[in-house]
Amino acid sequence: MPIANHHSSVPVIVDEDKCIADKGCTVCIDVCPLDVLWINEATGKAHMKYDECWYCMPCEADCPTDAVTVNIPYLLR
Amino acid sequence: MKINDIPVIETDILVIGGGTAGPMAAVTAKEQNPDLNVMLLEKANVKRSGAISMGMDGLNNAVVPGHATPEQYVKEITIANDGVVHQPALMAYATRSFPMIEKLDSWGVHFQKDETGDYDMKKVHHLGTYVLPMPEGHNVKKILYRRLRRNRVQIENRFTATRLLKDPDGNIAGMIGVNTRTAEPIIIRAKAVIMATGAAGRLGLPTSGYLFGTYENPANNGDGHAMAYHVGADLANLECFQVNPLLKDYNGPACAYVTGPLGGFTSNAFGERFIECDYWSGQMMLEFFKELESGTGPVFLKLDHLAEETIEEIETVLHTNERPSRGRFHEGRDVNYRQRMVEMHISEVGFCSGHSASGVWTDETGATTVPGLYCAGDMASVAHNYMLGAFVYGQICGESAVEFAKDRGEPKLDEDFIKQELERIQAPMKVADGIPPEQMEYKVRRLVNDYLQPPKVTKKMEIGLERILAVRADVGQLCARDPHELLRAMEVQSIIDCAEMAARASLYRTESRWGLYHYRVDYPEQNDAEWFYHSRLFKDENGQMASGKRPIADYLVSLGEEKDAYRKMRVQKAANG
Repeated sequence: MPIANHHSSVPVIVDEDKCIADKGCTVCIDVCPLDVLWINEATGKAHMKYDECWYCMPCEADCPTDAVTVNIPYLLR
Repeated sequence: MKINDIPVIETDILVIGGGTAGPMAAVTAKEQNPDLNVMLLEKANVKRSGAISMGMDGLNNAVVPGHATPEQYVKEITIANDGVVHQPALMAYATRSFPMIEKLDSWGVHFQKDETGDYDMKKVHHLGTYVLPMPEGHNVKKILYRRLRRNRVQIENRFTATRLLKDPDGNIAGMIGVNTRTAEPIIIRAKAVIMATGAAGRLGLPTSGYLFGTYENPANNGDGHAMAYHVGADLANLECFQVNPLLKDYNGPACAYVTGPLGGFTSNAFGERFIECDYWSGQMMLEFFKELESGTGPVFLKLDHLAEETIEEIETVLHTNERPSRGRFHEGRDVNYRQRMVEMHISEVGFCSGHSASGVWTDETGATTVPGLYCAGDMASVAHNYMLGAFVYGQICGESAVEFAKDRGEPKLDEDFIKQELERIQAPMKVADGIPPEQMEYKVRRLVNDYLQPPKVTKKMEIGLERILAVRADVGQLCARDPHELLRAMEVQSIIDCAEMAARASLYRTESRWGLYHYRVDYPEQNDAEWFYHSRLFKDENGQMASGKRPIADYLVSLGEEKDAYRKMRVQKAANG
């Protein structure tokens, strides 16, 4: 059975100018209960790879440079 | 020792789940005996995992001397659960409730105190006073984490357990699982195992349709319920679903118990109070549901009559603890507590003893029916346990597990079973063109909503069961492109197990009980003659899902004239009103 890729607007936004994941920081990636934040291999910055968010906010609260914003997922907004 | 070239990790005590009960269990085991090896396994990261990843805004079941006695608490929870409780387990909680508050206080968890330094207790329940606010409760997880480090608990993050292991005598022997980032399997041998994997919160589908917009932390998807079933443990009263009153779409708690002592309340569309008491019970939820469906619905949280400083206090508590994105949700819809009531709705269904009474059967020592296996928190069957109950039963399980492991030698492992389970774990990564976990999960959870959500109807549930079993037949087609999707593929198999258990348990109990939680339209009455029992769900000797009855232990506290208090939830209108 063939599988399609479908687009999804994701709730967690990372400000790449502020994100220091390329310098070794993994705080937001570590604390996410659903493990949906990963390093974007093209930029070295954190990004939301899977649209599976509980809008719980540890990623935003624990980010040392205030780079992360958690929005309410569009379906709930 | 190696199995399929995978080294077997050895520990004395294994704790599965690092949310609330799990860390307390692990710390307790080390406090009992610092020489023991205690391992805490967590699917996410212990720093921010479980139901209280962002803290908690209050205790719902604090039994504080001068405000309530353990006997009063046991009586209230028995009445709230229509009599079907294991009172010895409630009493074990109630007597340890206050010592646990003092322990947490000494660890630095802040509870609200009045001007004389006493705990600032609030009345929210129908009869007694058990709510203790903790407006600065956002740091609970940090405090637990410090205790884990100080007591040298070995922490393994990002591993999910998939099956428990037994030795040839039927005692617990350890677990098998998989790393959620690398897909590498893990085999652990343990002399005693404590499970604290939380609620089965990804069972029903939220009204928003967003798979992860659940009431519970969606990492709590019922893995523990499924693993307990497969290892042969009894589950109890699963038909007593969790259904909670929530902010519509946001799906977080409206927290009427936070706003109630300050003057807020649950209202109908006309701003009128319709329930006597905002404490979550099945009877209250049935009145909530009736109002929602009636001409005076839907239901709202009403705060717009309160003074500015009161509203500011409420906002500070509700927008910084437990579910802090709530303020952002309200902003997006231009909802301001000062001007508008906030629309509420009922949650999707789940299994969660924290708020109802279903789960893996556990007695007053935290023991399940499998020797050496203990359960605590939202997955264990002790009714209305909430966060403080998770801490207390974490402590009880820690003590019991140390005692069980004390004189035990190295448990023998069943290598054939482990090899089979390794194949099950690895299967989805080998399927190239198949069904992605997300689609299978959506389908089974949609079936739960369509066929199992109360009001329950026999024929609908029979169709639902048939359709859920048809999804089960598709499991071999599950495909995972990476380790993360493999995690979701393993989770959806637990969700299917829980959906089947929810259907069979609901069909078994041919009466209505617990208000909305098991409101069965074709058996509308409570029938104590036939059903004053715990229902059992277990795997029989042929490997089939079976049901049965467990007698209710003699009450330690009689109910007296208040026994029907929770049946009188609806506000009575005056005859001339």
